[in-house]
Amino acid sequence: MIEIPRLPLSDWIDAGLDALTDQFATATKVVSDIMETGIEGAVDGLMWLPPWLSILLFAALSWRLAGVKTAIGTLVGFLLLWNLGLWEPTLQTLVLVIIATLIAVLIGAPLGILAALSQTAYRIIFPVLDFMQTMPAFVYLIPAIPFFGLGPVAAVFSTVIFAMPPAIRLTTLGIRQVPTDLVEAADAFGSTRWQKLRKVQLPLAIPTIMAGINQTIMLALSMVVIAAMIGAQGLGGEVWRAIQRNEAGMGFEAGIAVVILAMVLDRLTQGITRDVRQASS
Amino acid sequence: MPAEQSVKIAVRGLTKIFGDEPEKALELLAQGADKKTIHERTRQTVGVADVSFDVYEGEILVIMGLSGSGKSSLIRCLNRLNEPTRGEILIDGEDIVGLDHHQLLETRRRKFGMVFQHFALFPHRTIRENVEYGLEIQGVAPEVRAEKALTALRQVGLEGWEDSHPDQLSGGMQQRVGLARALAVDPDVLLMDEAFSALDPLIRRDMQQELVELQNRLKKTIVFITHDLDEALYLGNRIVLMKDARIEQVGSGEEILSDPATAYVERFVAEVDKTKVLTAGAVMHRLRSVGYLSDGPRTVLRKMDEQNLNALFVVSGDFKLQGMVRDEAAIAAVQRGERSIEAILEPTVDPVSPDTPVRDLFAPLAESPMPTPVVDDEGKLKGQVVRASLLQGLAENTNSDSVEEAA
Repeated sequence: MIEIPRLPLSDWIDAGLDALTDQFATATKVVSDIMETGIEGAVDGLMWLPPWLSILLFAALSWRLAGVKTAIGTLVGFLLLWNLGLWEPTLQTLVLVIIATLIAVLIGAPLGILAALSQTAYRIIFPVLDFMQTMPAFVYLIPAIPFFGLGPVAAVFSTVIFAMPPAIRLTTLGIRQVPTDLVEAADAFGSTRWQKLRKVQLPLAIPTIMAGINQTIMLALSMVVIAAMIGAQGLGGEVWRAIQRNEAGMGFEAGIAVVILAMVLDRLTQGITRDVRQASS
Repeated sequence: MPAEQSVKIAVRGLTKIFGDEPEKALELLAQGADKKTIHERTRQTVGVADVSFDVYEGEILVIMGLSGSGKSSLIRCLNRLNEPTRGEILIDGEDIVGLDHHQLLETRRRKFGMVFQHFALFPHRTIRENVEYGLEIQGVAPEVRAEKALTALRQVGLEGWEDSHPDQLSGGMQQRVGLARALAVDPDVLLMDEAFSALDPLIRRDMQQELVELQNRLKKTIVFITHDLDEALYLGNRIVLMKDARIEQVGSGEEILSDPATAYVERFVAEVDKTKVLTAGAVMHRLRSVGYLSDGPRTVLRKMDEQNLNALFVVSGDFKLQGMVRDEAAIAAVQRGERSIEAILEPTVDPVSPDTPVRDLFAPLAESPMPTPVVDDEGKLKGQVVRASLLQGLAENTNSDSVEEAA
């Protein structure tokens, strides 16, 4: 039998990642330090308020953005979390989700616009998205460590990569869905590309883009939990500890906390989407 | 139509091929291949094939054809929403095919207003903001554009709806907004792509009439696309009839109906044509006033004056047609002090019977500006047919049919 040499794919990837790490070591270190301080500051700031007050504020925010039902759900859900002694990890998870979502949208929305307007960009970006979304989520944890070290920043990094695709996809979809005759009308009056985008395409794409952001938030939440394995604190950390100590009850408590947080975030973003849609139609 | 008309848009040898290998299609086109053959052989779609025509300043030119005939591709070439593959489009003598992107934007802003079949209003903007769109794009100051938008909305009778959103308006009202949006930028040329086709027949008729009234005041150059012969006849000063990306015939409504250039036009016209079934009796107008043999020149002048006519049919006591009197002749007779109109009585255009098919009326109407009298078997005057009543009658008859079908 002829022996076919094994393709050294893993060696290549390692070499590539090492090179990248060396190249950007200083930059990643700086980013890592700044973000870590920011994350800790945000969590500390939120913890500085007494939990009952924060919970009331969250309920008020829910009422404002999504109506009275969501407000009651938020109040009851968060009080339960407080009661279970999970308020601090919940806040840690929330901060990670918000930061990861912000970064994912800030990068994803412009990429989505680019892919909507340029067929070349579309042909490059969308296969990459397919790749990103089918790759098992755990794999993203591994390169995050050499870049940012164990801890919340590595967690945010892998979460951004995991959660960004829907923000890009639905931005592109939203813009491409704008009816042809509206785009033609904008062109017929002599709009520049930018005017057409800002005055016609983006406003009409906003509901779809918001749906993408909603999905990004949900994915970010699930990834932040998984990222507990590389040192993200929060509810994922609680689950991870429960696994290591084989304490099913504690694991489920933390799991239920994740579900409650997910429901609140989902209703909130849907509420915002409704407001935006009403404001833009 | 005055004879000395200046050309606003001159289209010369315009060809539009959809696809990524237009060269192949152009080659076949030059050999005289038709649209279908070219598509089979090259997978390229011929939208417009070597089309040339003029649009005169201040006229409504209707481009008519069935779906797939290339009329929508053609109108989109005029402002380069479709990039022409070959040919020239001269607007005020300037070839817009050669313009760079920046110049093209300027031309679109300055010269064109466009109205779309499905209105294409921006759903996220109020009516005012929709109408202001073109001005906003040009960087016009907010106060100025608010004022111009209001003027445009007033022109289409939609004052008071400024703060509504498009989905709160009926189809007819939405298309008025579409029209106002195009008028607000005060364009030289209005491009109207099947602008009334999505409206129900009654509203459609109203909109056609209003467009004609508006045009009488504004004197824009209008290129109007339709698949509906009646609409084309009603609106068009001239009609361009298209089939399979090529022009079959260019001419006035009368010319196309009475003298079809090709077998296709004849068939097209015949299918929708009511001229063979419609009779003079159906399209004639009642006479608002007639003169009698016993009338003096002053009386007939007064009758003409009352009805704002410049000629009057004259009948005997039993209403049999005797001839006609023109206003100049009557004035002259008054000045000469004559008491009778016998001396100034002229023969009329050959009278027709109420059963005469409408198609036989085109020739007499084309020859003389005077109305054609309609008389019955006994020679009694029943009414008159003028150019306008003929075309209007045609349009009305077909429209009322379609209303019944729709109901």
